[in-house]
Amino acid sequence: MSRARLLPGTVTALLAVALAGCAGWGGGGGGSGGANSIDVLMVNNPQMIDLQRLTADHFTKQTGITVNFTVLPENDVRDKISQEFSSQAGQYDIASLSNFEIPIYAKSKWIAPLDGYVGADTAFDQADILKPMTQSLTADDGKLYGEPFYGESSFLMYRKDVLDAQGITMPAKPTWQQVADIAAQVDGKQPGMAGICLRGQPGWGQIFAPLTTVVNTFGGTWFDAGWNARVDAPEFRQATQFYVDLVRAHGETGAPQAGFTECLNNLIQGNVAMWYDATSAAGSLEAADSPVKGKIGYAAAPVVRTPASGWLYAWSWSIQQASEKKDNAWKFISWASSKQYEQLVGERIGWSSVPAGKRSSTYTNQEYLKVASAFAAPTRDAIAGADPRNPGVQPRPALGIQFVDIPEFTDLGTQASQYVSSAIAGQMSVTEALDRGQRLAEDVAERYKSRAEG
Amino acid sequence: MSITDTAPVAATRDERGRPVKKRREGANVWLSLLAWVVGILFVLPVVWMVLTSFHSEANAAQNPPAVLAPLTLEGYREFFSGGASPWPPLLNSLTASIISTLFVLLLSFPAAYALSIKPVKKWTDVLFFFLSTKMLPVVAGLLPLYLFAQNTGLLDNIWLLIVFYTAMNLPIAVWMMRSFLSEVPVEMLEAAAMDGANLTKTLRSVIAPVVMPGIAATALICFIFSWNELLFARVLTATVAETAPVFLTSFVTSQGLFLAQLCAAAFVVSLPVLVAGFAAQDKLVQGLSLGSVK
Repeated sequence: MSRARLLPGTVTALLAVALAGCAGWGGGGGGSGGANSIDVLMVNNPQMIDLQRLTADHFTKQTGITVNFTVLPENDVRDKISQEFSSQAGQYDIASLSNFEIPIYAKSKWIAPLDGYVGADTAFDQADILKPMTQSLTADDGKLYGEPFYGESSFLMYRKDVLDAQGITMPAKPTWQQVADIAAQVDGKQPGMAGICLRGQPGWGQIFAPLTTVVNTFGGTWFDAGWNARVDAPEFRQATQFYVDLVRAHGETGAPQAGFTECLNNLIQGNVAMWYDATSAAGSLEAADSPVKGKIGYAAAPVVRTPASGWLYAWSWSIQQASEKKDNAWKFISWASSKQYEQLVGERIGWSSVPAGKRSSTYTNQEYLKVASAFAAPTRDAIAGADPRNPGVQPRPALGIQFVDIPEFTDLGTQASQYVSSAIAGQMSVTEALDRGQRLAEDVAERYKSRAEG
Repeated sequence: MSITDTAPVAATRDERGRPVKKRREGANVWLSLLAWVVGILFVLPVVWMVLTSFHSEANAAQNPPAVLAPLTLEGYREFFSGGASPWPPLLNSLTASIISTLFVLLLSFPAAYALSIKPVKKWTDVLFFFLSTKMLPVVAGLLPLYLFAQNTGLLDNIWLLIVFYTAMNLPIAVWMMRSFLSEVPVEMLEAAAMDGANLTKTLRSVIAPVVMPGIAATALICFIFSWNELLFARVLTATVAETAPVFLTSFVTSQGLFLAQLCAAAFVVSLPVLVAGFAAQDKLVQGLSLGSVK
């Protein structure tokens, strides 16, 4: 064989391999091109994994629509969704978005309005969705762009047995000063148990979720109505100083790295007596295999100057504008966010795993209340009391309680959070941290001011 | 599959026939101890990962770590029969890695031949141009490639990854192959030519056996790079062409425990590379020490 004969042979062999191959191995029988299949991009939270497990046997069986999922951790899924939706690539029909992204994406026309589907689908019963949820998923144009899968607010969780042993009673609506006093009293009373767990991990969605609600109730805000940065204002400073002092004096070990998961572990393993965080944590605390099941009390989010200070967050479904299968996509959303799906999870997986916090009917369901009686009412009250348009003591320029609903906030919040986290680690003073945060916030404010003037 | 190299025998006498002093042996002991310590330090994270994968989620999340916690297969059960099937992403990774490695070998061997045995004019410049593409940060090309894939309808297609992986690994492979081929003694080629062997015969019977360890080492490196690639795979695939590293990240959650499951998944995903490396062990030791012909 000569060199000339070797080459064509190789090329032919390669082409044969190439032509025999298909696009890939995923996507089940239908593949992503199939007319009767939809593609869903969603965050890896336990509720979503339950949904993934139940879809084939229930949704697909009923409707004949195959659902292909991509599941990613929170930060990755945000990156991927913004990449996918900003380019309108059309690879995914549905994505899990939060009430932070939905109004922003709606403004850019990356997601489709749902009013038409909601109106035609009476079984879905939009009136049953809790009002603050609907409100926070409605964009400035008055149209609805998302349906909540599960919602949460924030509240205070505490070990009843530990407080009882010290003769302490938790008020139903405590103030932050009362919480700090109780933290000091119970700190170290049981071996290895700190007073309170508060997030210290950098990230706009980590430390600044609880901290911004503390700032709100101390009378502070990121921006005033005229887009002036207020991060170095006395109220913001006072709130942050309080938070940092509390977690440094009576908080968990490793606080600068502690996020939601770390604090959840701390409370479950008896390393802390109290925890201020998401209402959705209660499901894990009261799960059948939880060592603290039945020992936890729930009180409203602590306040100072506002009547309530719980946040509002909802992982929700939105349909990509470029999707060619919007009707099937709505069928999936309508099923996943329905009352029947909650019933299904309750029966198949357990009532403490129900994706709750979005429908008022959930809180009259006797089977759910049997399991969730300890935290159902505090959760519902916290969500109902949340006002995304007016969370503090002054008018705001944008939606949002624990965030400012502008695209720049993710960077601003995350960068500023690095400084506050350093303050918790003792590497920087709170004043210095907030001065730096102020400079970042001023940059953002400048853009909005010039836009308002121009 | 044993290593065929013979270990160096410590000399007991120096070149003048006098016994070597004991101090030397002491230094050798310390050196081999150091080698062992460094080796163990490198393998420790892998051992830790494997150990954690056999723990329960609660034990895996404990701080300080519970090394002696009871072992369980829960993590593996969860990986294989949990939410999504791991087989499509594993098969996608296998497809992309094997096919791109084959392409790389087919393309780099002739290129290396033209750069070492029968060098083209200005072959050093050619070699440098090859490598210069590796100097561009991969992420810098990501957006153009994404837009290209979107406009050509190639998003979420495993063949796009195969082409990219081939292109990414080609420069390294050409360099490696060139260094192996350049070690083939000219005398051997001349002898083959004298005996009347044509190019194919020379390649197959003279060059191939000599550079086989080099080819094996190159193939393994390319396979490992393609198998572990995350950036392109994450950006350019969706539900159909998802590869194993992307699937691996899906075990990380910000709500709830995941360490044991993630370690189990990571161990399963690293198995093919471990197996390939083990199978090619003797070739690798020769190939990677760049002494295949000595």
